[in-house]
Amino acid sequence: MKKKKSENQMSLGEVLQVLGKSIREYKKSSILTPLFVAGEVCLECILPFVMAKLVDDLAGSSVQPILRYGAVLLALAMCSLACGFLSGRFAATASAGFAKNLRKDLFAKVQDLSFQDVDKFSTSSLVTRMTTDVTNVQNAYQMIIRIAVRTPLMMIFSLIMSFSINARMSLIFLAMVPVLGVIIFGINAKVMPIFNRIFKKYDAMNESVEENVSGIRVVKAFVREDHERDKFHKASEEVRQDFTMAEKILAWNTPAMNACLYTAMLLVSYVGASLIIRTGGTGFTTGGLFSLITYGVQILSAIMMLSMIFVMVSMAQESALRISEVLVYEPTLVSPANADEVVPDGSIDFDHVSFCYAARSKNWALSDIDLHIPSGTSVGIIGGTGSSKTTLIQLIPRLYDATEGTVRVGGKDVKHYDLVALRDAVAVVLQKNVLFSGTILENMRWGNPNATQEEVERCCRLACADEFIQQMPDKYDTWIEQGGTNVSGGQKQRLCIARALLKKPKILILDDSTSAVDTRTDALIRKAFAEEIPDTTKIIIAQRITSVQDCDTILVMEGGRIAEQGNHESLLAKGGIYREIYDSQTGAGRKEAG
Amino acid sequence: MAQEKTRGPRGQRGPASFKSMRQAAAPGTGKRLLAYLFRYYRARLMVVVICIILSALSGTVATVFLQRLIDEVITPGVTSGFAFVAGKFAGILLSMAIIYVVGVLASLIYSRIMATVTQGTLCHMRDDMFDRMETLPIRYFDTHAHGDIMSTYTNDTDAIRQMIGQSMPMFVQCSVTILAIIFMMLYYSIWLTLVVGVMIWLMLALTGKIGGESSTYMTRQQKSLASVEGYIEEQMNGARVVKVFNHETRSKEDFDRLNDALFSDSERANAAGNVLMPILNNLGNITYVLLAILGGLLVFSHAVNISLVGADTITAGIIVSFLSMSRQLTQTIAQISNQVSLIAMGLAGAGRVFALMNEAPEADEGYVMLVNAEKDADGNITETAEKTGLWAWKHYHRATDTTTYQELQGDIEMEHVNFGYQPDRQILHDVTLYAKPGQKIAFVGATGAGKTTITNLINRFYDIQEGKIRYDGINIGKIKKPDLRRSLGIVLQDVNLFTGTVLENIRYGRLDATDEECIAAAKLANADDFIRRLPDGYDTMLTGNGARLSQGQRQLLSIARAAVADPPVMILDEATSSIDTRTEALVQQGMDNLMRGRTVFVIAHRLSTVRNSNAIMVLDHGRIIERGTHEQLLEQKGTYYQLYTGAFELE
Repeated sequence: MKKKKSENQMSLGEVLQVLGKSIREYKKSSILTPLFVAGEVCLECILPFVMAKLVDDLAGSSVQPILRYGAVLLALAMCSLACGFLSGRFAATASAGFAKNLRKDLFAKVQDLSFQDVDKFSTSSLVTRMTTDVTNVQNAYQMIIRIAVRTPLMMIFSLIMSFSINARMSLIFLAMVPVLGVIIFGINAKVMPIFNRIFKKYDAMNESVEENVSGIRVVKAFVREDHERDKFHKASEEVRQDFTMAEKILAWNTPAMNACLYTAMLLVSYVGASLIIRTGGTGFTTGGLFSLITYGVQILSAIMMLSMIFVMVSMAQESALRISEVLVYEPTLVSPANADEVVPDGSIDFDHVSFCYAARSKNWALSDIDLHIPSGTSVGIIGGTGSSKTTLIQLIPRLYDATEGTVRVGGKDVKHYDLVALRDAVAVVLQKNVLFSGTILENMRWGNPNATQEEVERCCRLACADEFIQQMPDKYDTWIEQGGTNVSGGQKQRLCIARALLKKPKILILDDSTSAVDTRTDALIRKAFAEEIPDTTKIIIAQRITSVQDCDTILVMEGGRIAEQGNHESLLAKGGIYREIYDSQTGAGRKEAG
Repeated sequence: MAQEKTRGPRGQRGPASFKSMRQAAAPGTGKRLLAYLFRYYRARLMVVVICIILSALSGTVATVFLQRLIDEVITPGVTSGFAFVAGKFAGILLSMAIIYVVGVLASLIYSRIMATVTQGTLCHMRDDMFDRMETLPIRYFDTHAHGDIMSTYTNDTDAIRQMIGQSMPMFVQCSVTILAIIFMMLYYSIWLTLVVGVMIWLMLALTGKIGGESSTYMTRQQKSLASVEGYIEEQMNGARVVKVFNHETRSKEDFDRLNDALFSDSERANAAGNVLMPILNNLGNITYVLLAILGGLLVFSHAVNISLVGADTITAGIIVSFLSMSRQLTQTIAQISNQVSLIAMGLAGAGRVFALMNEAPEADEGYVMLVNAEKDADGNITETAEKTGLWAWKHYHRATDTTTYQELQGDIEMEHVNFGYQPDRQILHDVTLYAKPGQKIAFVGATGAGKTTITNLINRFYDIQEGKIRYDGINIGKIKKPDLRRSLGIVLQDVNLFTGTVLENIRYGRLDATDEECIAAAKLANADDFIRRLPDGYDTMLTGNGARLSQGQRQLLSIARAAVADPPVMILDEATSSIDTRTEALVQQGMDNLMRGRTVFVIAHRLSTVRNSNAIMVLDHGRIIERGTHEQLLEQKGTYYQLYTGAFELE
């Protein structure tokens, strides 16, 4: 197995580079958005300037300039509105499109992951990465191309404007910027670790609710309502304390901002008014004082916005990292170059195969399996829970790779085959039978997308599914609900067998997939296998002795090893585990005792 | 084999917030929420309101002072010199400083108090909600999607936090500001105020329209998000099937279709949300321009200005101050319109939280209690505090004011019981059965035959509609529910474990059990072996409902949990369904030990498990169609015989 542990955490630059590849066709919108934002900011900063001219003319003697400036101002405002409107639209397209591509890329990547890879991430974590994390990144992206462009621009434009009015007094604002910046970022730095703690406690609290909701029968049956209440109140109280602490610190934000703003305004008022009076209204004007204050407000609130952006973006950073981890992940199980496309026959060989799920733990799920199955024979596998029956057969279609030893199909190492070709030749009916939402026919065509109605019906007859399908109102067009909840367990199993048969496989593996089928049908299916697909190698995992007793070879698995091997008669005669299981199922031993 | 349940997927977030966008809160929700706030924090909230008003006013009044600075200091100063106005100047600056300091302090004080109030209220709400939830009948959990219940704790409380902590103070502050500005505007000029009024009306109308569009698409976005999530989960859960059938390419194509739909809804929802602020801001700018033009025209035409203080000609000074007020006003309105959707979401969330709190708790009119008892030499039963292994029913007779004790035997009778989960769909028909103390009674039958339903009735998870159920001759309706349930041990097919160590999970059966007792119970259930092989043995932490354990191992733990509870009557509902036959044979001995001397109800689809029962009931569509011992039923050659010989499917 390749050594590919969670490598050193990716740097932010790498993350951005990886995610950036998913922008693609939305580059245009992503560039237009900040351009229009810049336009809007520009116009908004010019507006007060022109306005000052109009105000000055109020004291004039003619209506003409007022109307003229008014028309200009209206035009500017309309342009600004248009820019704002367009930037909003483009931002929406860019961010929603970016999110769409991210989901698409993630989904495609996940389809290529092997089970070992999926186990590494865990299924629920992958689902979260494709949903919540993408949404977080989408919001952050929109924020960055809009607000994160708007805010600094606003600050710069406002500074330029205020300097053009009076440079000396603008220094007051400039001096306030670092003061406020330090205070606000200091508050955030203090609060962030508390929030991280809160999220964990919050999750634990919700976990406890979840347990109560789904385990309410247990809670009530054991009369543990009070116990659960105490547990919850404690968790809830912890969340309250931390959250209150965090919010109390955050409560300094607005007052700090206002304090800086008001200080600046007082200073500007004092200096400005003195200047006007001392120079007799020639060095500085009242209108200038007003504009300065307006720009000052804009500069300082921009800092506030910046800190908000900072928090939002750093929250999304975690999500971005989690997404790119998946995107850069190289699947451990891929088709080799120059892969074999043809599986010659259904023979299977295990050459001293050992296997463990996690690379580090030496917890062997399979140890030294040496097994040779000729093409076209039938093999039964029986054994207790956790004896690794399923693990064994998963190595055949290369759902996992053997840790040690070689698995060969048709005489060739499975690692040399093209994955698609190999899996087409090996049909597995899994223990957890899954049907997908869609009609029966659609579900069947998973086995073979080009199968004709006749072929489907033939396979369903083989699997004894045709009889009940014919009784359904819409027959083969009957809609199957997600997870196949509207057919019985036995019916589901028969449908899954039929689906596997449609692949016309060289090897057919039934993993405990007739457990819910009644014994008569079970026997009929096995008879059909023997008669209709004699050249296919058949491997049957079962709990019931009757399901495997007719097989050419029967394996008894225990603790990841083949404990016994032989046919029904020889194993019975041997008097080992097989005999024990046989007796427990036929009740031979117990009838006398009871 | 358990009955069909409607369970939402774990931690489902999308659909819940989608609902919060749609459903308006029930009337009275706001009132009730306020009552909640004021119940615990009346005094603090008074301080908060005062501080908010102070902080709002300080922001507004500042404009007035700037006006005074110009009229009373700068203008005369320019003509008469600095010394002439120095006193006035200092006075105005000082009052401004004082007002600012008050404003800053007020906002600091209310923000900090609100942190306590918000989190405290939320904590009270959560606790009340959880307490109520624990009292709700099983029916509630069977009829509500678990994802929906969860989201009242997550999404809805979050929305309420937003509303109480941010939107409400801001709403009050903005309202005060708006009122103050409108008052001042009227004070200056009624004509110009009318212009502002028209523009505000336009802004509000646009907010409503765009906001409506935004929430329509938001709803659609949440819907398509939910279907994308559903598809991802379906594909992930069926990943093995996808792989063995080489279905990856087609899966991707289907995904792309759903993903594209999500994109277009998301794009439109965001677009509507994005354009609102620029539109409002620029409408503010336009208002500003219109005021300037109109004001200018009024000045030049020497029109008569009407204001609250009388009629006069309009001046440039009035227009200038009006302009800054209108800017402040439109900004405040933009702020409020931002809060409206948050408040609606918060109210909708509060509505659902209160709906949960309004659910009627499980009714319990029982009065017979279960107590530890001692028996003296004469056979008289007395109550005792210690655990004696002997239990008694304690009856209090009000008529005679006497208390009698009756030894717990474990004798259960059902007579002519009829039951349906919904009144119009009867599940059980005329079920009559007797379980004598120490007997093992088995139920056999297809899914939906009513086996689990019967056990649901014995411990009163559901109440019967007709007939009688008696426990030691006492109608179970007269027994207090907690006492009834403590006398019944139950092992269910769906095992639920709790976050905690293995030992804690076993101890769940009896909180005062010693470690030794728990380990003995684990041995009895044949779980000791695998527990010791876990990384930390009995101290191994279990999370996510014991996700690291196999279904069979979880069932063994669940049996150990019931064993430690040591109840006189046991219900085993498919307790060993996921344990293979060989391990089951090993567990069987422990199970037999566990069942000895107790009345036991067993449900199993594996007939080998029920063979040695005293009586086997074969259920079909809610009726007992055959009953008898294994041998008797085989002789009858009826349904049981066919099941036993495998001619019928059970699942």
